[in-house]
Amino acid sequence: MLYTLLCYNKEDVVWSWSREEDDAVMARLSIVHEKLVKEGKLGPSLRLLPTTAAATLRGPDLVIDGPFAETKEQLLGFYVIDVENLDAALDVARQLSAANPTSVYEVRPIALYVPDARPNAPTQMLKMY
Amino acid sequence: MTDLAWINGALTAARPQAVGALLRYFRDMDRAEEAYQEACLRALKSWPQNGPPRDPTAWLILVGRNAALDGVRKTARDVALPADDTISDLDDVETPLAERLDGSHYRDDVLRLLFICCHPELPATQQVALALRIVSGLSVAQIARAFLVSDAAMEQRITRAKARIARADVPFETPGAVERSERLAAVAAMLYLVFNEGYSAGNDGTRAHLCDEAIRLARLLLRLFQTEPEIMGLTALMMLKQARFAARFDAEGEAIALEDQDRTRWDRKLISEGLALIDKAMRHNRPGPYQVQAAIDATHARAPTAAETDWVGIDGLYLALERMQPSPVITLNRAVAVAKLHGPAAALEMIAPLEPQLSGYFYYFGARGAFLLQLGRSQEAREAFDRAIALANTPVEAAQIRRYLDRLMVEKVS
Repeated sequence: MLYTLLCYNKEDVVWSWSREEDDAVMARLSIVHEKLVKEGKLGPSLRLLPTTAAATLRGPDLVIDGPFAETKEQLLGFYVIDVENLDAALDVARQLSAANPTSVYEVRPIALYVPDARPNAPTQMLKMY
Repeated sequence: MTDLAWINGALTAARPQAVGALLRYFRDMDRAEEAYQEACLRALKSWPQNGPPRDPTAWLILVGRNAALDGVRKTARDVALPADDTISDLDDVETPLAERLDGSHYRDDVLRLLFICCHPELPATQQVALALRIVSGLSVAQIARAFLVSDAAMEQRITRAKARIARADVPFETPGAVERSERLAAVAAMLYLVFNEGYSAGNDGTRAHLCDEAIRLARLLLRLFQTEPEIMGLTALMMLKQARFAARFDAEGEAIALEDQDRTRWDRKLISEGLALIDKAMRHNRPGPYQVQAAIDATHARAPTAAETDWVGIDGLYLALERMQPSPVITLNRAVAVAKLHGPAAALEMIAPLEPQLSGYFYYFGARGAFLLQLGRSQEAREAFDRAIALANTPVEAAQIRRYLDRLMVEKVS
């Protein structure tokens, strides 16, 4: 079974860490990462830039600065896209929104991207349902 | 069990909002600060044992307010009861805290706190000192070190600033839209002052810390005011400049010019955040000076090597900046781009008319000397550098010019 683990924390605290503090946390995490890589369990992982860099697309035209703030909806999935800039990312979000009009898309730049480390990483769609 | 470093981080992060809310209750800066400090002491006792509260800021506000009200009640046994409005609106006490701590309250509390610190009646040095003391919670000794003055002098500066604020009529009601945007502009200017205080300090760690502090406060402001392109621009500007910190000085602590910096030492994490923010700001089509300046630094950040810098883009951005804020200093900066595009002679011609206005400005003679040097006019270059060195404000600036003069000496000998 594939799982995604979503990490939550207080970003005003985390992004106030000194470089040394940040490095120390990343070093502790990397020990866990390496272990998972050896066990062939680690798929792609990533660290997001703070929500201050986020924009949210609601409906076809409404772009809101900032993260998705409502609690009425739940997180149902995510995409990783490789585009030139925020405008291009919003354009992709608009296409998705047109196909699935009630969904809201929070667009967050990625700060760190670690590709799939599994030796037999799937190259085809895995459907669990 | 909660780790002390985590608690310190949480207390620092909560400070502006907590002190801002306590100031709303007590309408007195000293009392708000004392209440916050009392709350912190209690947090240091309680959190390690009981674990941190879910919302540390709300905890600190509640505990601080109750502690201060207890204090008021104790003294009230001897003295007449204080008027209701010195305790704050009775409403505040009655309304459940959770309800009061919504985003808009935080926003206006923090904005009010920052705005008080940059009150127009205060000179810039007092604004910065007060903000660092009240909002950032740096100790008087830390601020004194950052400004290279004695503790006593800094204590006095802060006391004077507080007295001035107390005399001035600081509005406590929620600001209207126009006033809010005026306050935001004043706060942005003050944050940039804090940043520049650190940025101009060279590689002195104590003062360089001010840059991180300014960025931290800008991030806070940005979270509260998410749709202000100039706040995005200011934050991006400071991030993109600060990203170069590790590359700006050599082992002897001397400044390295932008084009000679080792770009692998630039902080890519800060750069990506700064670029994301300026990208987001530009979508608003409401350009402003911070956004344009950030765009200039973004252009440098995007260039893989100095030789690949988009000088046409930079020239255009400086031109836009000149139109927004006509200033000989901006023209001088544009001349550097012009020199890259059209050669040093064109740049020299461009800055010549600026001399009467910039006759006391270190960078004018530094740039003039550099252009003359490129043109091989060594004698005139030396004269310009001599004037620059006489106008240098810091040892770092002087050393920068001395390197040029050394080069001229070498040329003369050979």
